[in-house]
Amino acid sequence: MTSRSLSPLRPKPEGPFPPTEAMLDEQAPQGLDSDSANRLREVWKTPTGWRYWSAVNNSEVGKWYSLTAFFFMLCAGILALAMRVQLAAPDIEVMSADRYNQFFTMHGSAMMFLFAVPMFEAISIILLPGLLGARDMPFPRLSAFGYWSFLIGGVFVLGSLLFDAAPRAGWFMYPPLATEDAGPGSDIWLLGLSFIEVASIAAAVELIVGTLKCRPPGMRVNLMPLYAWYVLVVGGMILFAFPPLIAGDFLFELERSFDWPFFDPTRGGDPMLWQHLFWIFGHPEVYIIFLPSIAIAAMIVPTVAQRPIVGYSWIVLSAVGTGFLSFGLWVHHMYTTGLPTLSLGFFSAASEAVVIPTGVQLFAFLATLMAGRIRMILPMLWIAGALAIFTMGGLTGVMLALAPFDFQVHDTYFVVAHLHYTLFGGMVFPVMAGVYYYYPFIAKKTLSERLGRWAFWLIFTGFNVTFLPMHLTGLLGMPRRVYTYPEGLGWEVTNLISTVGAFVIAAGFAVFVWDLLRPKGSQPLCPRNPWKAGTLEWAHDVPEEPWGMRSIPYISTRYPLWEQPKFLDRVEEGRFYLPDAEEGLRETIVTSVIDARPILVQRVNTPTWITHIAAVFTGGAFIFPTFHLYTPAIVSGVLAVCAILYWLWTTTARPPEADMKDVGLGLRLPTYVSGPESCGWWAMWITMLGDATAFSSIVFGFFFYWTSNTAFPPPDALHAGAGAVAVAAAAFAAGWLLTIAARFTNRRGRVGAARAALAAGALSTCIGAAALIVSVLPLDPTSHVYPALMWALMVWIVAHAGVGLVMQLYCLAGSLTGKMTPRYEADIWNVSLYWHFFAVSALVACALMGPVARLL
Amino acid sequence: MPFRALISPPLAGLAAAQRLSFQRIRGRGLRTTAAALVLSGCSGRQSVLDPAGSDAQALFTLFVSLLVGAAILWVAMNGLFYWFTRRSTGTLPERSGRMLILFGGVIAPTVVIGAVLLWGLSLLPDQRAPGDGLTVSVLGEQWWWRVEYTMEGVEGSVVSANEIRLPTGQRTDLRLTSDGVIHSLWVPALGGKMDMFPGRETRMSLEPVEPGIYRGQCAEFCGASHAWMAFMAVAMMPEDFATWLEAEAQDAAEPQSDAARRGLAVFQAAGCGACHTVRGTPAVGKVGPDLTHVGSRLTIGAGRLGATLDNIER
Repeated sequence: MTSRSLSPLRPKPEGPFPPTEAMLDEQAPQGLDSDSANRLREVWKTPTGWRYWSAVNNSEVGKWYSLTAFFFMLCAGILALAMRVQLAAPDIEVMSADRYNQFFTMHGSAMMFLFAVPMFEAISIILLPGLLGARDMPFPRLSAFGYWSFLIGGVFVLGSLLFDAAPRAGWFMYPPLATEDAGPGSDIWLLGLSFIEVASIAAAVELIVGTLKCRPPGMRVNLMPLYAWYVLVVGGMILFAFPPLIAGDFLFELERSFDWPFFDPTRGGDPMLWQHLFWIFGHPEVYIIFLPSIAIAAMIVPTVAQRPIVGYSWIVLSAVGTGFLSFGLWVHHMYTTGLPTLSLGFFSAASEAVVIPTGVQLFAFLATLMAGRIRMILPMLWIAGALAIFTMGGLTGVMLALAPFDFQVHDTYFVVAHLHYTLFGGMVFPVMAGVYYYYPFIAKKTLSERLGRWAFWLIFTGFNVTFLPMHLTGLLGMPRRVYTYPEGLGWEVTNLISTVGAFVIAAGFAVFVWDLLRPKGSQPLCPRNPWKAGTLEWAHDVPEEPWGMRSIPYISTRYPLWEQPKFLDRVEEGRFYLPDAEEGLRETIVTSVIDARPILVQRVNTPTWITHIAAVFTGGAFIFPTFHLYTPAIVSGVLAVCAILYWLWTTTARPPEADMKDVGLGLRLPTYVSGPESCGWWAMWITMLGDATAFSSIVFGFFFYWTSNTAFPPPDALHAGAGAVAVAAAAFAAGWLLTIAARFTNRRGRVGAARAALAAGALSTCIGAAALIVSVLPLDPTSHVYPALMWALMVWIVAHAGVGLVMQLYCLAGSLTGKMTPRYEADIWNVSLYWHFFAVSALVACALMGPVARLL
Repeated sequence: MPFRALISPPLAGLAAAQRLSFQRIRGRGLRTTAAALVLSGCSGRQSVLDPAGSDAQALFTLFVSLLVGAAILWVAMNGLFYWFTRRSTGTLPERSGRMLILFGGVIAPTVVIGAVLLWGLSLLPDQRAPGDGLTVSVLGEQWWWRVEYTMEGVEGSVVSANEIRLPTGQRTDLRLTSDGVIHSLWVPALGGKMDMFPGRETRMSLEPVEPGIYRGQCAEFCGASHAWMAFMAVAMMPEDFATWLEAEAQDAAEPQSDAARRGLAVFQAAGCGACHTVRGTPAVGKVGPDLTHVGSRLTIGAGRLGATLDNIER
């Protein structure tokens, strides 16, 4: 059979698209009455009682996520207050140096990993389906899993403070200080935060797929709300920025647990490798935090100007440009490490270049305000504050990006002031603006205008009182991260002022928290579109309905509420797509990536506890090793894998009850697709990009040692066994080809051949993994960084081979039980995609361990 | 003494050595500039804004210019924002909006950062220029500094700790490394900082202009006592420096008084020599700072305390 003759088996969308005005003007079809609304409401209902916590809805998970991130931020803020008290006067001892060191380490780590990045993801999980007119995120259970992982990891990491066991080597954990630190602090940081990073990457994958595949019909990429563009850019940045850190954490924890000397210079290691890996993550991280906040501003500014944004494509290009540039700047955190003058010059220029895309974005907002008729609202006050603060941080950034000036102020309070100006201006203030702006969307009520102004002026004033003098403190020579300082250096006055200011900020946040939490039972509901905005999310229902949008609209403009006639009425009357839930299943429409043609009705998952179980066991697998409890960790890891397999097996890519579904407006869509049209395939592709980035970071490490260390590999080194490495390479290649063969034969209906290929592939994977383990057995990984790196490559590849093996067996089981058939073949598509990436990694690793190491 | 031949005119070296010698530990307190400094606070200048070296001076000028420029740009940007949201709230043509993006977002920043880069990067080679012959090797320990002076073309070296003396008017090389963790050496009044790594050597150079005492401090977080890891950099006229180095090269002088002899006895009996070296005595320990001529130093305990008798007894 040719694939063409199979096409009736794989149905395509049928019916007219795009809909004409005449079609939209027709009366809604028969049966679209309150019954259909009730059916839809019933399907999307959030569970009540204790089952509430099993919800996976983006609105619930997003709410928990953002409140938890905000709570962690308050905790980190309290640490900052304690530090300011300690620094209020010279040579006092409110707390010990050790406690202070724990506090500043956790303040930075929590603000970055437990607040800034999760907050972006939380806000995006809340907003994105609304912005895109989708009913939910494509993988709601993945969001829930991410949230529960985040909660467990965050409580674990922050909780270590209560036992006086918190990390204390600074939030960038430089070895050898952090590698040699006694006690579990560094392990808590490495494992606890790695766990959270994995959850962050999961959320990023979901957000990217959501933006690419779950847009409403007709919303081509050039009609996307700017926020969605930023989600795409930032999601992509997370995907490439976090993996180097995860790879670094992997090496770091191997050194901590097993004494493999990656960062120990006495055995060929190099602490600089960590600095590179950390900052390849750390600098994009700054923009990962900053860009979503610009995105919030990009939603508020047009509303205030009551007109479409000026320079839409300028902004999109600048956001993408900032994303790219941010990966070329990391060395500006390392100007004082003795790098060659040429690279200092290069990275200075690259760092300064970021001014241009940032400037374009800010000036596009100014241009919009100029061209519009201003209607001031409270969120705009926060945006104004953000601009005042951020431009200051940006301008000190221009100074710091110049290597020679940085020689002076690097690691001083000048830098502390700079980074708080950029983060408050570029994150906290826009997020506060976003909270005031989107609160009516989330809670259907408004926050208090009066309390909002109080909170703004307290935080704004307090912020400047705290951090403006800090520039001077730094210029007067005060280094950062000192728990106290002697008298007589002129630092007393500015430090005291900063401490007073910190409490003013705290007072402002107290007002805000009160406004957020005060009972609002008697307060009337807000109007549907209180700010008179033009974007899709304001088509939400007041009072709240669980379905997100009554019917999924056809979009032909950037501001449908302003520019598409009778838009809200048509949504409301169910004249657009999917106004009903006849089968009693949660559904949303999946569209094509560029031009948003509808291609699929995606069945979306329902509330569950499996995500909690999976999160707890995944947490165990990360947390037990902190205390060197390796057996419970392995048990926990196996249980986590089982939970995830159960979850996938029971709810993903199940054959549907009918092949096609009528979605309204004469359009009939398939209910099952596989390969590049499906969300799962995209999620796998995106995840594997991140995974490949992590592997590349380890390969980067190999060549970094080779360039920085003249004796790498050492001339008399014992290499990984050539024969075993060759066998491993051949076996992995065979496993790859057999997996691909299984996909082709299965598709052609030769199910028996496909099963045989999968079984043979699984065997081949086992042989490859065993051969790779054998190849490094004679090497002692604690003796030198070279054998340690060989072992690390082996561990990485064997672990991935394990995942590949599970996937092959999963497909085999699916084929045997009827879950996977020649028609319903999404699993084998996704698995073979994994295998493409894995096979390349495995072959590169074998090349490094075999010929390359011998030739260098 | 080869040092003497090269770097100093003939001097009354012996007298100097006696004056600045070990006996001062149990001696008669301090009467020199150090005492005055100790009284006036803990120490010397530590400010970027009060430069006393050519590097710090160049960076200070750069900073002041950048500050003025930044202030102008900040006012312009925020002024425009205020104007468009509070004063001119009506509509203006979209075309002028696009011109604003082009000029404000692309053209103006390109010109400004181009100029800033040209100037800033032109300073870079000077900041790392090679020295004029004297090299000070500094090894960071947790949490103090081993210091060793060597001279180009001269054999041998002079070992000290927790104080770096530099001649004015010439550029001195600093070769930096570390024993365990990463530190960073920084004397704000003289110039920028440089990190100190275990297992690799980094280098920087400083050119003090004005004689004086400048406080330096570790700038890279290095553990529990990071806050107290400081030292004094003393810039001296070249001839004074030569005199001092000459004296520093000598062994500790024999104790001259009863008190001093008692001090030596206590030092030896308490086993201090297991960790500390005092040249000219049996104390040759390498774990702690070299205490030869410790009495001549301005501070003790890596800049933590003024070198007063009370503090030493602590």
